[in-house]
Amino acid sequence: MPKPTLALLSAFLFAFGVSLLSDRLDPYYLDVVIGVGINLILAVSLNLVNGYTGQFSLGHAGFMAVGAYFSAAISLFVAPAFIGPAGTSALSQGAFFLAALATGGICAASAGLLVGVPSLRLKGDYLALVTLGFGEIIRVLFQNIEKFGGALGLNRIPAYTTIFWVIAFLALTLFVVTCLVHSTYGRGFLATRDDEIASEAVGLNPTRYKIVAFVIGAFFAGIAGGLYGHFKLTITPTGFGFEKSIEIVVMVIMGGMGNTLGVILAAVLLTLLPELLRPIAEYRMIIYSLLLIVMMLARPQGLFNFKFGQTRS
Amino acid sequence: MPIARSSALLAGFAAALALTSCAPKKDTIRIGEFASLTGKEAAFGQSSHKGTLLAIEELNAAGGILGKSLELITEDNQSKAGESATIVKKLISRDKIVALLGEVASSRSLEAAPICQAAKIPQVSPSSTNPAVTETGDYIFRVCFIDPFQGVVMAKFAKDTLKVRKVAVLTSVSSAYSVGLAKYFKERFVADGGVIAVEQKYSEGDKDFKAQLTAIKASGIDGIFLPGYYTEAALVCKQAKDLGLTVPVFGGDGWEAPQLVEIGGAAVEGSYYSTHYSPENRSPAVTTFLAKFKQRWKNEVPDAMAALGYDSAMVLADAMKRAGTTEGAKVRDALAATKGYVGITGTTTLDASRNANKAAVVITVKNGQFKFVESVAP
Repeated sequence: MPKPTLALLSAFLFAFGVSLLSDRLDPYYLDVVIGVGINLILAVSLNLVNGYTGQFSLGHAGFMAVGAYFSAAISLFVAPAFIGPAGTSALSQGAFFLAALATGGICAASAGLLVGVPSLRLKGDYLALVTLGFGEIIRVLFQNIEKFGGALGLNRIPAYTTIFWVIAFLALTLFVVTCLVHSTYGRGFLATRDDEIASEAVGLNPTRYKIVAFVIGAFFAGIAGGLYGHFKLTITPTGFGFEKSIEIVVMVIMGGMGNTLGVILAAVLLTLLPELLRPIAEYRMIIYSLLLIVMMLARPQGLFNFKFGQTRS
Repeated sequence: MPIARSSALLAGFAAALALTSCAPKKDTIRIGEFASLTGKEAAFGQSSHKGTLLAIEELNAAGGILGKSLELITEDNQSKAGESATIVKKLISRDKIVALLGEVASSRSLEAAPICQAAKIPQVSPSSTNPAVTETGDYIFRVCFIDPFQGVVMAKFAKDTLKVRKVAVLTSVSSAYSVGLAKYFKERFVADGGVIAVEQKYSEGDKDFKAQLTAIKASGIDGIFLPGYYTEAALVCKQAKDLGLTVPVFGGDGWEAPQLVEIGGAAVEGSYYSTHYSPENRSPAVTTFLAKFKQRWKNEVPDAMAALGYDSAMVLADAMKRAGTTEGAKVRDALAATKGYVGITGTTTLDASRNANKAAVVITVKNGQFKFVESVAP
């Protein structure tokens, strides 16, 4: 069996092992770990777009919202008709959750395709603005759709998200992104980032690469959104605003664009930091922001980017 | 080498995370509070927190309850979605709280409610008025009235006191509170024979309302119902005056903040809103509360959020005293049995849906001051 597949399977086994222990873990720590896991999925998937393909997207929270709303809608409105409100086995629950997450992911990917096709011909700042606008449109749409709860959002979402699902989907995200980027086909992403004109000259289609990266990134953002909804049990449109997108972009930039390991470390650090700074209450966001500034001044190439420039040489 | 350094850093953080937890002290009753101390709705969160803290300090000065002193553990959610769930889990599992107080905003109370319900920790919300909050389960209570009642109060007030027949409704679509309040107002006002001539919408954070107000002016109404928060309410009043609209503007408890007058100035004069209490009330309970609050918080006059924050802690303490224990299920039963508790915001009786049935007051702005107009019983 090839090494990455083996790693993926052992990650699934590991997730299963951890989930057996999860009852004994402290709920707060478990909550923080799940939060880290969801942010990791978001950051790693955005890294495919912003890091490896070099397209600056500011709309990741929008895709997350699409996934969160559609998967929650499946669990709230569709699933009860099949499995009934009570007496559900863990297996049918799991199957429906998987279906809900997949629906969320596919809806987000479709949204990604919808935005990607017209806008990915744009470059740099223009693309950033288009994705930013898209994220806001999504938020406002959900705010105004009565069926999705309007401004109050959806609540009483069943608590399906467990540590198992988060680790499993994180492993899947890592697997897909890593294998894709290291495949022959995937070199096209890096080529698109490094020099669009040159890659076009050797016969690659940069727009297609950009769209593929965008759609895959959106799919996993949708999955992360679904996990988030079934974890927080209530979702409101305000939770998927511009700030959330920026949060994920910061993780990618801090980790070093296009460096999966760096992005993982940055996402873990940036999710844990606000929790660790909790004892200093109101001042923690000042300290947090200061740390960001200092870190970026000290390591502009990304906090954990130790082989910067290697892919370019 | 740098990898080693960064992993050492991470290990350090993990160790720090482990150290932040602390074992509960033996003879205190730990009560959790989650509030929006920073961020967009910090004005409400701070007020509510000051009231709650004052109540806890007062209870401790009087010897605590059940022979133990109370300890309030407060966490800030930065007015952000998603934060409340995490901090409520922390309060329950790390700080071992026996009951939870909070929040002002209904959407954030709704985040905490399923967690409290699952952990069998009673939650008392001081001022979340959306009906959905207490529908989560039998451990979730509130000490304020709910939006359907507030909507009815303003519909009655508009018809009987202001004597308006044809009104415009200007709703904030980004706030569940505003949408709900508008709905209940319309239902009652139309049932009473009034006419909703025009409905306009805006989003929180909007600064320019000229387009909506021009449409409202053209419809020839004699009043504007504006359920929303203080910043936008003040701006709407200002721009309405600029356009020559002189009809009365009235809203709900989201208006209650000193910023209403600071931003609105002369334009908010003669506008009305419904709220939970008036500092002008001369009842002994309110007079003592006013004096204590001013002494504790540098002469600040407590608003409705502060009064409700105070009442939420007092109602909880009262239930614990009656239960004779801090055990979740017993405190829940005692809370559910709360009847005729006399607090700052009136007499609190919790009904079968765990909501408080209490009177609302209508306030007007006169010479830059909030003046009591009338009290409307449920």
